[in-house]
Amino acid sequence: MAEVEETLKRIQGQKGVQGIIVANSEGIPIKSTLDNSSTVQYAGLIHQLVMKARSTIRDIDPQNDLTFMRVRSKKNEIMIAPGESICWELLLNEFHSPKMKRCYSS
Amino acid sequence: FIHKCLLYATLQDEEEAVETGTGWEEWSQGKALVRPPDQMELTEAELKEDITRILTANNPHAPQNIVRYSVKERSYKPINVVDQMAVHCVLEGSLVHQDSEEARKLRVKEDFALLYIYDFDLHYKYLFVGFPQVNPIVDGGDVEEAADEDRPDSAVSRINKKEPKVTNQFNFSNRASQTLNNPMRDRICQTEPPPRSSFSATANQWEIYDAYVQELQKQEKNKEKQKGMHSQKDNGKSKKVMLMETQSEDVTKWTMASKILERTISQNTFDDIAQDFKYFEDASDEFREQEGTLLPLWKFQYDKAKTLSVTALCWNNKYQDLFAVGLGSYNFSRQGCGMLLFYSLKNPAFPEYIYPTSSGVMCLDIHAQHSHLVAVGFYDGCVAVYSLKEEGQEPVYKSTAKTGKHTDPVWQVRWQSDDMDNNHNFYSVSSDGRVVSWTLVKNELVFTDIIRLTLNGAVSEGTEGAQGGVSSGTSFDSHKQIDYMFLVGTEEGKIHKCSKTYSSQFLETYDAHSMAVDTVKWNYFHPKVFVSCSSDWTVKIWDHTINTPMFVFDLQAAVGDVAWSPYSSTVFAAVTTDGTVHVFDLSVNKYEAICQQLVVDKKKTKLTHVEFNPIHPVIIVGDDRGYVTSFKLSPNLRKKPKPTKTINIPKSGLAKLANVLYLPIVRVSIK
Repeated sequence: MAEVEETLKRIQGQKGVQGIIVANSEGIPIKSTLDNSSTVQYAGLIHQLVMKARSTIRDIDPQNDLTFMRVRSKKNEIMIAPGESICWELLLNEFHSPKMKRCYSS
Repeated sequence: FIHKCLLYATLQDEEEAVETGTGWEEWSQGKALVRPPDQMELTEAELKEDITRILTANNPHAPQNIVRYSVKERSYKPINVVDQMAVHCVLEGSLVHQDSEEARKLRVKEDFALLYIYDFDLHYKYLFVGFPQVNPIVDGGDVEEAADEDRPDSAVSRINKKEPKVTNQFNFSNRASQTLNNPMRDRICQTEPPPRSSFSATANQWEIYDAYVQELQKQEKNKEKQKGMHSQKDNGKSKKVMLMETQSEDVTKWTMASKILERTISQNTFDDIAQDFKYFEDASDEFREQEGTLLPLWKFQYDKAKTLSVTALCWNNKYQDLFAVGLGSYNFSRQGCGMLLFYSLKNPAFPEYIYPTSSGVMCLDIHAQHSHLVAVGFYDGCVAVYSLKEEGQEPVYKSTAKTGKHTDPVWQVRWQSDDMDNNHNFYSVSSDGRVVSWTLVKNELVFTDIIRLTLNGAVSEGTEGAQGGVSSGTSFDSHKQIDYMFLVGTEEGKIHKCSKTYSSQFLETYDAHSMAVDTVKWNYFHPKVFVSCSSDWTVKIWDHTINTPMFVFDLQAAVGDVAWSPYSSTVFAAVTTDGTVHVFDLSVNKYEAICQQLVVDKKKTKLTHVEFNPIHPVIIVGDDRGYVTSFKLSPNLRKKPKPTKTINIPKSGLAKLANVLYLPIVRVSIK
């Protein structure tokens, strides 16, 4: 667990990271570095997206599984790393390049 | 219907005798004469008197003088003939004529008892209607039965289920009555509804697959449990194990996800570098005929390693993005702790594995097949084997003073092929002059001295110190193809070619350098060629059958390390303490490096080690600041021998080098 905490800190300290959300398999946020309302909103929305994406991948081949997802938009980017019972989300802002990053891992 | 019956009347008085035959004198006289006390006294003559009695069919009660009014004559007229019938008894019967309508109906019902009554002329039969036995309510008796039919409102209506009741046409009256209707009242009771929850799920292909997999796992667990139950009866333990499993599963999932995330962040942050790594090819190489460049890629650094210098580098064969860095110090006076780090190219920000050590790491080697095993040699003379699969920061095996550790720093370790018992083993060389073979036997590290280096010649273990001082081994390499042959470089500048089987003598000795030989390396392709470098500023290429070097390169500064490239037999790289990386390609230019590049700040940092990546065109360079920098080789540096149809690559590499080698030896000075 301590390693995970450290990793979290390191990621948070990286350039351009807006926030990190850790949610459980049902989309309920466990940890977050953002404010409550945003956290809840992101967690709920992204959870659906992840479920859909995962369902798609696994429907095609049940032995396959979703490892990672990036959602890049005009303003930022969301990175999602789903695990079996956990979901990490990371939000990135990058002002230099047109790609803003938001990481969402779940 | 007239019953003819005989009435009996007691004769009390002759005078009171009634015409209607009241008694039998004869009968009474047949018996003994009993004289009652109050009998009338009569004379004999009176007793013998005959009294005539006549029996007639006249009804004594019938009136004799009935007078009826005759309307015709308008007067009362006496009626002569008077009905003399006297009804004594009336019984209503339930006989039905057999041919009648009712008889037919009853025959259908079969609800009767037949009584055959014959008339005088024996023609007629009369049906005696009996009552059915079914109904228990009926008390019995014909009368009631017959009366039942007359009573329409009787409770018993069993006969008339099929047909409507035959009602008496004379005295039937339908009487209805209403019972008291109780007022209706609603009574409602409501139970508490059972708790509901809506459940929805999808049944996709993968969910079904998951279910099957889980089922399989459960079955396997059950099998294991069954096996375990025989041996262990400790159920509490198993429960604990289960709990721990779930907890640790969570943690592992967390770590996995977080690792992935970190890598992607790195990917983003170092996006351009990653792109370069993969796709960038220096176009200017076309214009530069022979020269190439090194494109700096990622830089790996760890906070806690800032004071240490890189003492060893090794790529992992199986996971070619993973490499190991050994950190320690070359400074004799300043010896502190060391570190063993593993980095992945995918995550340059932070090492994958960190192992702090008590003594500085001087050398390391990753096993070629079992890439989780890492052999490490320390400054204090110990050797240790770390397993990356194990949790924890301690080595799996460690040599101690009792188990034959070296008394001086270990300069080189190399994994060898498994011995006959399939135990892993590795060699180490140290300044104390011993080349030791260490075998991993179960939980122990067993050592065997292979050879002892001395100044004058090799001495086996038996004889001690007879022939002079001990020579310090500073580098070591075992032959790629010939298993028993290896090279040892010494501090005196000599290189000894030795064999594992001959422990008493060197096969050959080369007077290589004037200072300590830092590195000797066999060529990957050519079985005879090896390269050596030293702090005397030179890099020399040898053919092991020839006593003198084939090529000598003077690099103007102490050479820290040299490495052959895995893709070409003629390419090698060397790093010097002035911060320059020299890349040579002998097939292109036998005298000069085709690339000399200053990669670090000249004054402050010295390069200590260099290694080629097994598959990617990348080299990593370690310096004495604890940094590891990676570079991409430009195309000119990567010229591979062209495989023709008959010769495959290794052979062509061999041919390539061979073509180059056997030419007059030239001493080259490089500026």
